[in-house]
Amino acid sequence: MMRIACVLVILLTFGLIRLPLEQALLAQDRQLHFQGAQLDLSLREQIGQLGFIAALSGFRSIVADVLFIQANTAWERTEWARVLLLFRQVTTLQPRAVLFWDMAAWHMAWNASVAAMNDRAQPKLALRVKAQREYFDLGKDFLERGIRNNPEKPQLYEALARLYKEKYNDRAHAAEFYAKAAATPGAPSYDKRFAAYELSYCEGREREAYQELRRLYDMGEQERLPTLISRLKFLEDKLEIPPEQRIPDVEPLKR
Amino acid sequence: MNNEAAALDRHLSFSFRRIFTIATNTLTDLTRQKVFYFVLIFALVLIGSSAFMARFSFQQEFQILKDVSLGAMSIFTSLLAIVATARLIPQDIEDRTVYTILAKPVPRFEYVLGKLAGVLLLLAISMVVMSALFFAVLYAREQSLLEETWRQMSNAPRDQIDEALRAVRAAAFKIDIVSVIAVIYLKACLLAALTLFVSTFATTNLFTIVVMAFTYLIGHLQGTAREYWLQHEGGGWITTAFLALVALVFPDLQNFNLVDDIVAGTAVPLSLFAKTEALGFFYTIVYALLAVVAFSGKEL
Repeated sequence: MMRIACVLVILLTFGLIRLPLEQALLAQDRQLHFQGAQLDLSLREQIGQLGFIAALSGFRSIVADVLFIQANTAWERTEWARVLLLFRQVTTLQPRAVLFWDMAAWHMAWNASVAAMNDRAQPKLALRVKAQREYFDLGKDFLERGIRNNPEKPQLYEALARLYKEKYNDRAHAAEFYAKAAATPGAPSYDKRFAAYELSYCEGREREAYQELRRLYDMGEQERLPTLISRLKFLEDKLEIPPEQRIPDVEPLKR
Repeated sequence: MNNEAAALDRHLSFSFRRIFTIATNTLTDLTRQKVFYFVLIFALVLIGSSAFMARFSFQQEFQILKDVSLGAMSIFTSLLAIVATARLIPQDIEDRTVYTILAKPVPRFEYVLGKLAGVLLLLAISMVVMSALFFAVLYAREQSLLEETWRQMSNAPRDQIDEALRAVRAAAFKIDIVSVIAVIYLKACLLAALTLFVSTFATTNLFTIVVMAFTYLIGHLQGTAREYWLQHEGGGWITTAFLALVALVFPDLQNFNLVDDIVAGTAVPLSLFAKTEALGFFYTIVYALLAVVAFSGKEL
């Protein structure tokens, strides 16, 4: 009896001692946006009993990988509804994997939307366009949720910028998200240029775009790329910049 | 000289030599069990085949390879820790080996610690074998992808080739993987110590394994129970008492689940690894201590 009491005392004392440490670890996890998967009953219905138990037992990422492979198979069979369902499960299970969000958005906004537009079973153009727009929105939704889970990574901002540019033809939003990508740690150097390029296409924001492009141009040779120079010259003409303030014409390449 | 040392050992209340002898005997005994080879072979097959599971972009391929391999290492070491430890004490009692050992001047705590050390050695050997295969598969896949990238980009400018090769290398190996493997090992050590503790009062192997299977599942939900207990008021005293009991008695195994974040490419701070490893170490010591206390009072 004495020993049972002794064991219980040790167990509970250790429990109390480790409590603050475990809470601190949890807080650090939260700060780093870890453990983002909400393993609720709706997920159980989606991934089945076995998958849910596996996810509960700390094998979330393996379950996510298996579902991701299934999603790819569904894509090869052009089963778009299944692709959407599987990618929702994959991103719920592994919200920190940027690749999953990116792939989910790409399948919806680029592949499923084109398939919807070319759907021979739907003779009405208006309904095909409607379906296409819905897939664009699904792609956008994946990227926005992905950004909420991974705010420090540039890839999803870039993907959302591309989506706005290529699918919605919304250059202002494209510029905004390239700029957000450029502001993240470890962002590629082209993000800030792309933000300025997109801004140069926005009606009414030419002055802002010109100033940004000129700032990049003045940073040195490494930024003076053909697209940057061409957009800068276009804006100089459009804004009627005095000749003495314009950049010099590019010399022909010496071979 | 050896006889003198042995004679001296007999008079010591604590001897590493005796613990080491029990540990090596336990290890030998465990490596003779078929279950060890079954578990290890399954793990090795899974790790080896992870390279052929899917052909996607190289980032996705490495992600799946690491997920599957580290997941296999985690599940099989946990399984091995539970299954191998569950039978140690009951088997010794059944075979009457424990009487032979304890009839000699071997304190009970040394017997328990020796048994645990044997299991931990077995787990360490399994981890080394699995890690070696995992790194070999990762290296082989990295080399083939580097060659493929080189071939695909042979006409591209040199700086672009270098950037692509750097991207492949960065996706393949990160030093964090070594820390994750250490965390997986510590989780298995914790489970082994806890299983040993349960087996000191369990009547059968099956009981121990079933209790540990439930503990494993509850351990992954302990964090949720703890948070609910600490942050939510109301709900009645029965609910509060139940949640407190879960939080204080069961280990938080979710803390040891850093694989998902490493594989997803998240930079995990060294301090988080250190804290998790320290927690795993303390769990193992405390559960070993509990096993010693429980076994000391056991009627044999």
